[in-house]
This record gives sequence, structure tokens and C-alpha cells, in this order.
Amino acid sequence: MTPGLEHFLTVGALLFCLGLAISLSKRNAIGVLMGVELMLNAVNLTLIAFSRFTVSPNPIAGHTFVVFILTVAAAEAAVALALAVAVYRNRETVDVDRLNLLRS
Amino acid sequence: MMDGFGPSLAFWVLAAITLVAAGGVMVSRNLLHAVLFLILTFVGVAGFFVLLSADFIAMAQVIIYVGAIAVLVLFAVLLTPRSSRDNSETRWAAPGILLAVCLAAIFLFVVHDTAWRTVDAAPANLSAASLGRALLSTWVVPFEIASVLLTAALVGAIMLTRSPEEEAEDALA
Repeated sequence: MTPGLEHFLTVGALLFCLGLAISLSKRNAIGVLMGVELMLNAVNLTLIAFSRFTVSPNPIAGHTFVVFILTVAAAEAAVALALAVAVYRNRETVDVDRLNLLRS
Repeated sequence: MMDGFGPSLAFWVLAAITLVAAGGVMVSRNLLHAVLFLILTFVGVAGFFVLLSADFIAMAQVIIYVGAIAVLVLFAVLLTPRSSRDNSETRWAAPGILLAVCLAAIFLFVVHDTAWRTVDAAPANLSAASLGRALLSTWVVPFEIASVLLTAALVGAIMLTRSPEEEAEDALA
């Protein structure tokens, strides 16, 4: 059975939903960040699959979009981990359940 | 291009590795094991990119995700004490997982119910050269904005992680 567009989209959708479940359910802020990275990866996979399989006058546009997503993901990871380190230094925890300073 | 036994085998092996490793991120109790499973997922996705004839993106995936982001996450885990390495769920885990399952059902329904207009042969100009040409002609403004974003993130990350002692030293100087 040759893999077609549906197969790659299925893997991308399952990966995205796993990332969503991880980022919604993890207690540790670094775990939440790992879920977000998984979701970004799933989106990249979907874009590349569309760019490879669909009829388009300009198929390289999907690759361009993925390059920008990679850039933003790298920036996001750097800032998020810096935030985690800063929060840990101030509060001695990165447990997102206990970071409720803004709750009245 | 996708015909033959090799690409099919590669697809199923990569799908198994990627999804099992992503499940490992979900179920592993130790945050360090979760990071190692995450690296395996990134490698699997890079394999998918090779299979979809996106060579440059696959290289960028290996260098940026496996090389940079994974090492960054690993450092963040190793720099926090052993007590904060558990990877358990909050009490809101069940609604979150339920939402993800519902979303997965919707996605799978849409993917399999749509009549996609696909081509079997790979498009001709998916090379790194044409990607570079597109980035520096059509998309040159977003490209420059991305470089500004990277600089801002770099400076912001350094500012965020400075300790109070370092800030006091800078105030004296």
C-alpha cells in the first residue's frame, strides 16, 4: 500500500492531538513546552505533505512557510525556557498548578 | 516516486517510531526520559521530510530541533533540581485529553472524507536552490522580519535569565 496524502495527514493530525493532550495535561512547564513543540512539528509535517502532493503553481511556498515556522519555534523555545528558569529562580517551582499569583 | 516497497516500508516504520515516541513523551514519568522521547519524535519527523523530498527542511529540522531545541530543553531539565523532574498530570488532565481525542476524531474525519486532488509525481522545483530563490525574492520582507525576531528573542532570553547579583553589578558599573 503506497502512502498517499491521507496517510501523511493522518500522522500529522495524530501528532498534533498528542501534542495538544501533552500541553494541556502536564504539570511541569517544560512538559507543556514539549507539547507545543510537538504541535509545531505536526503542522510542519502537514504543510510539507500538502506541498509535495497537491497541484499548485508554486509548490515551494509550503517549504518557505515551514522555514518561518522553524524560526519562530526556535525563538519561542529560547524565550519559554528562559521564562521557566526565571520563574524557577523566583518561585522555586515550575509547576503550572502552583503558579497562580494572578488569581484573586 | 512513492511507488515500490521501500517508501511504503519507510513510511510505516517512521509513523510507528514517531507516534510511539510522542506517546512516550505523554506517559513517561521522568522528565528526562520525556525529553529523550521528544528527540526521537523530531528525528522521525525529519525522516518524513526526507520521504516527502524536502531535503533542506529535513536538514534544518535535524540541526534546529534535534541540535538546538532539544539540547536547550535538556539543559533546562538538567539545571533544575531532581525534585522538579516529575512529568505527572494536573487535575485538569482528563478534560484536556478528552478535547484532544475529540479534535483527533474531527481531523481524521475531515482528512478521510475530503476528495484531495493529488499528484503522484513530485513537483519539479522542490530543491534547496528554488527555496533559497523564493526566500530572497518573493519572501524577502518576512525573511528579514524573522531575523529581527530571532535577535529580539536572543536578547530577551539573556535578559530574562540574568540573576539579581548580575543586575546589581550592572547597576554599579
